[in-house]
Amino acid sequence: MPIVSPGFTGRRQSPDVQLPPGQYLAEDFPVLTAGPTPRVTTDRWQFTINTEAGQRYDWSWQQLIELPAEKITTDIHCVTKWSKLGTRWKGVSLDVLLEDVETAADFALVQSYGSYTTNLPLEDLVDGQAWIAYRYDGEELTPEHGGPARLLVPHLYFWKSAKWVRGIQLLLEDEPGFWESAGYHDYGDPWREQRYQGD
Amino acid sequence: MSHVDGNALAGDLREIFAVDLTAATGQCSGCGYKGSVASLRVYQNAPGVVARCPHCEEVVLRLVRGRDRAWLDLRGTVSLEIPLP
Repeated sequence: MPIVSPGFTGRRQSPDVQLPPGQYLAEDFPVLTAGPTPRVTTDRWQFTINTEAGQRYDWSWQQLIELPAEKITTDIHCVTKWSKLGTRWKGVSLDVLLEDVETAADFALVQSYGSYTTNLPLEDLVDGQAWIAYRYDGEELTPEHGGPARLLVPHLYFWKSAKWVRGIQLLLEDEPGFWESAGYHDYGDPWREQRYQGD
Repeated sequence: MSHVDGNALAGDLREIFAVDLTAATGQCSGCGYKGSVASLRVYQNAPGVVARCPHCEEVVLRLVRGRDRAWLDLRGTVSLEIPLP
């Protein structure tokens, strides 16, 4: 049995840290952006769910923050290969926002201020898997990290956790979003390393 | 996060095309603005490279580099006028 020095195994990690394949541990919180950072003030902020039947459900900022919120501590995994462990958020579960929404949709297209979109199955937004997050690490969510509010869906690659979220279109058929229509995987499970189409 | 100019696209595009596309003139499908690829606003700190129109900031080009493939999305570009030698 050959002895392998830890010095030859790349980035040193605690033995109890489990990362998805191909990921490395980031200590900072990298800022990725595909365009200018939208500056959306909370008095203009609105969140809308549109159903496949054309029904519309709206929340103002005040209405959002008056809903029951949860504190979430979770690991996040970016498709550009950094992972960050134990990130702390506060937000409203999508279960709360979808509670009174009547829909037969199987898919969701998440829409952001600044026109970014991302798609995912509706079943990945419910059952305690996704939130509209508006605080990070005890502070208001900054615009660079998607403030005033972003989607948080941490079991998928972080491009699915749309910054500057403004709404969700519920759909009967899947519709690829910004990165999903340009080569990235439609689902994006980091534990199955679903980075690109065909993975 | 600030952008850089379209000359930053030269390396990635040279991997795909036989000519230097940064000298090409593109027309934005959003606002109709015509300008050189080198004049685009390029955001590189992202899962792919995103080039935006300097006039209306709409996306005119997206390039994703996979392990053994690249995806080039030009739906934001009406056309590219490419000078040939």
